[in-house]
Order: sequence, then C-alpha cells, then structure tokens
Amino acid sequence: MTNFTWFNRASLILGFSFLYLPIILLIIFSFNESRLVTVWAGFSTMWYVEMLNNQGLMDAAWVTAKVAFASASIATVLGTMAGLTLVRFGAFRGRTLFSGMVFAPLVMPEVITGLSLLLMFVALGVDRGFWTVTLAHVTFTMCYVAVVIQSRLIGFDRSIEEAAMDLGCPPAKVFFTVTLPVIMPAIVSGWLLAFTLSLDDLVIASFTTGPGATTLPMKIYSSVRLGVTPEINAVCTVLIGVVAVGVLATSIFARRQDARRKADERLAAAGD
Amino acid sequence: MSDGNGDKVGFFSGRREIASGLGGMHARMMGFAPYRLCWRVLERFGLTGRAAVFLVPYLWLLIFFLGPFLIVLKISFSTTVIAIPPYSPVFEWTAAGPSVKLNFDNYAFLFEDQLYINSYLNSLRIAGISTLVALLVGYPIAYGMARAPSGWRLPLLMLVILPFWTSFLIRVYAWIGILKKEGLLNLALMSMGVIDEPLNILNTETAVYIGIVYSYLPFMILPLYANLEKMDLTLLEAAADLGCSRLKAFWVITIPLSLPGIVAGCFLVFIPAVGEFVIPDLLGGSETVMIGKTLWTEFFNNRDWPLASSVAVILLGILVIPIVYFQRLQAKNAG
Repeated sequence: MTNFTWFNRASLILGFSFLYLPIILLIIFSFNESRLVTVWAGFSTMWYVEMLNNQGLMDAAWVTAKVAFASASIATVLGTMAGLTLVRFGAFRGRTLFSGMVFAPLVMPEVITGLSLLLMFVALGVDRGFWTVTLAHVTFTMCYVAVVIQSRLIGFDRSIEEAAMDLGCPPAKVFFTVTLPVIMPAIVSGWLLAFTLSLDDLVIASFTTGPGATTLPMKIYSSVRLGVTPEINAVCTVLIGVVAVGVLATSIFARRQDARRKADERLAAAGD
Repeated sequence: MSDGNGDKVGFFSGRREIASGLGGMHARMMGFAPYRLCWRVLERFGLTGRAAVFLVPYLWLLIFFLGPFLIVLKISFSTTVIAIPPYSPVFEWTAAGPSVKLNFDNYAFLFEDQLYINSYLNSLRIAGISTLVALLVGYPIAYGMARAPSGWRLPLLMLVILPFWTSFLIRVYAWIGILKKEGLLNLALMSMGVIDEPLNILNTETAVYIGIVYSYLPFMILPLYANLEKMDLTLLEAAADLGCSRLKAFWVITIPLSLPGIVAGCFLVFIPAVGEFVIPDLLGGSETVMIGKTLWTEFFNNRDWPLASSVAVILLGILVIPIVYFQRLQAKNAG
C-alpha cells in the first residue's frame, strides 16, 4: 500500500526548504563582494581573509576549540557511566533523583543553568575562566551523552555478554572487550554531540566565563548586536562546515561499523 | 531489568574482577595505606567497584547541577550590596551563634512590579503559541517522513537532525538578514509585487515566533516521526475497508495513536522556549519582554544578583511541573 501522497511530498519539500533556506542564504552571502549583506555584488573570498586576520576572533576560536575538546571528552566518560547506570543498574536507592538530574538539563532553560553554576563558582571563590566554562559544559553535555548511550544500550543483545561470562571472562574485561566495541558508535556520536553543543553555547559560557576566556559564540553575539556583517557570515559558514563534515563522517563510520558487526554476527551464526 | 541475577551478568559485580580488569592496579595500590583505608571504609558501607560506575556521575550531578540550585535559592533571599560578591550573606556566625537573615523583599518586588509579571506571562504566551505553531508545521513533515519510501527515511532523518547540530546562534542570526527592513524577504516580496512597502517584521513578536518555531522544529519532528513510523498501517486499511474517509481515519486513528509523540514534542519545545534568551534578544528587539531576557538584564546590566536569583527561582517553580512530567516520560522510555 503506497501511502506517499502529493500532500506528503509537498509538506516535505516546504518543510525542508524552511529548515535549510536560511542557512543556505547565509552561506551564499558570506561570498558576497559588498559589505551590504543583502545586495549581491559578485563572488569574493575577501571576508574569509578578513576573518583570518581578525586576531580577537581567532583567539576566541582557539579558546572555544579547547573548551569543546576538553568538555566533550570528560562528558563522554561521565555520560557513558550515567547511561550504563540508567539501563543496567535496575532500581536502586536514589534512582528517581538520578534520572531526574540526567533528564532535567535537557530542557532546563540555559539562563537558569548558567546563573546557578556562576553563583556556585562565586560562592566557592573559584577564579572564573577556561576551567569554569569547561566544567559547566561537562555538566550539561554529559546528560545528552547519557541519553545517546542509554538508547543504544536498550537495543543491546545481552546474550553475547552472558556468553563471555559463561566462558569465564571477568565482568570488567567483558565490558572492555564486548560491550564497549558494540556501543562505540554511540560513544563517538555522543562525543560529537557534546563537542558541538559546547561549540555552540552562548548563554552558559557568558555566565561562567572570566577574563581571557571569551568564546567564539560570545564574540559572534557581541558583533551581531552591532549589525549583520559578511565577516560574521564567513565565520558561521566555517563553523557550519566543520560540524557538517564531522556529523557526516561519524554517521558513515557508525554505519560501516554496524554493517561489519552484523556481517560478523552472521558469520558466527553460520559457523555453528 | 531485575537485579536477581545481577551478580552473575551485571557489570563490575565485585572488586576482585575490577582489580584484574585494570591490570592489578588495585592490588598494587592496596599497599598504599591511605588508599587501603579509603577502600575499607567504602567497603564497610557496601560500596564496591560496581558502585563507582554510578557514584561518579551521581556525585558530579549532585555537585554541579543540584548544588548550584540550592545556592541560587539561598542568594534569592539576600540583599544587594555594593561589594564582591554583590550580595549580603544569609547565614552568619555571630557571637550569639548562627543567625539566619531571610529577606523576602526580592520576591515582594517581583510581584509588585508589572514588568516582571508581564515578562512571565509573555514568556508563557509566546512559548505556548510557538509550540502550537511548531506542532502544526512539524506534524505534516513528520507524517510525510514516516510515509516516505523506506530508502528515503534515513537520509530525511539525517536532514532533520543536521540543523540541530549547527549553532543555535547562527540559525537565529541567519533570520536577521532575512527579516530586516532591507532584508531578503522584503526584497523578494517587493520584486514580486506582493507588497509596495517593506514589512516591519524584525524587532516584533512575529520575528520571535518565527525564530522559536525555526530553532525548535527538529525537537518537534523527531519524537513525532519516531511515533508515526511505528504506527500499524493496517488499522488505516481496516478503516478504509469499513468505509471511513481518509480525513476521518486521520482524526480518529492517526492523531490519537500519535498522542505520545505530540506530548513529547510539545514539552521539548515549550519548556526551553519559556526561558529563551537569544531569540527574543536578537529578533524581538526592545518591544518583546521575555523572562530569560529580563533575568539576563537584571544580572549583567543592573548587577542585581539576588533579584536575578529570585527571577530564576520563580521561573523554575513555573517550569517544575512540566519538567517533572517530561522526566517521567523519559524514564518510562528508559525502562
């Protein structure tokens, strides 16, 4: 029964144009010769050169990359543990509180998270800067990682773990040699998600940062308030490019990994 | 998910295994007295290697997520002073013992000043309308994706997720160039002869609606799609066989069955939209007051930390019911 009507087609075309047109226009106008963002004056890469020569922008980009790398790496470890806890530990005392703390940051307004973390750093007398932004980012991105890992673990066939244990493999080794390789695609995409969330964050970083740790979104935000410029379009285009390449590469990697695992499983089943 | 056979198949069921798994590091460390002492103490309370897996993220979230809220709550009861940090202490040790000075002025002020009440009400209204519009826009898209040939579904899903990965700030920024007076939308409409004068959209509430719907649309589409894709299409065939029109079948079968997806999508859009800062600030101009923006101004421009904290506490109070409900929903899915 083919249910794919003209109405479905039209809503898909309109929907995806709505999602993509603004981004495509933004990219097109980053190559505009004119300073006026809306008048096309010919192709030029001058705004990219301008962007590379803007020292403040480049410094901010470097800070952002470091924060994103450090926070994504820590968040992936903590998020994986949290995801395991949610799926594998059954009912334990304090589970409701734990799952509450994992899911709440996903929808918590950023202004509240940012303000509360800042007030804690002030109360503890910590100097604000690189590490406070990183800690703040770990806290909200680990919850996204936990959700990604959790959904992978739910569809996990536990009989292969049981087989390894029946053959005398200790649980810790089972985790590293059986479980970890299977959930690896989820861990990679969890890391990437944490990385991009940290790369994008304006509000939480603005609250928790200190002198010398201005991130790229903060820089973009302060210049956007002064008006739209092709230079900012160029920065945005580069950021979109980095993220798009990363996402496509991981999804291809994940699919390959999956296909190989399925082939291995088929082979193992055939060998019985 | 019972723990009955947890010791046999569960992770990290004993410290012995963890020790061997980590290459005997634990055994070596046991020779180190403080480590041994810590271990014995932990063991006395029934904590082993398995416990470490959940204790680390648990403690992290307690310290960096729950702890800060208690501090916000505390500071919301203090008074603004010109000092570093700019608020007076709530708990103090005096010669006569501990003293607690709770100051309710911030809360009283919030309920007296029309600005704050308006901010809260506006935020709820704008978030509510945006959620409804996002549902009306997102449902046909999710429906179309679920009915698309199966080979298309994964690429389409990727296309929905991809904007979610690109920066929120960039996506909002992209709309400024489109919506402003000499922007692309006005240019296109005028060259087509639809309008004679440029429309004023940027810095109005309409721009905020567009921004929220655009930014949060993937959050609406994903749960709807997940739900619609699983739907049993034979139900629709049965309805058609019994003479039910397609439109009626949609109302009495598809919509009720996709209700969990609708609810999840609406929560995912509504809750963060209430506290949104970037969109009303960049697209709404000075005319649109939303609570996220008010909090930001109170904190960064007026430097009134106690008042900003009480704004946050009330906002959390408003959102706590939808957030708890959302968590229940998620936890149920986690099984």
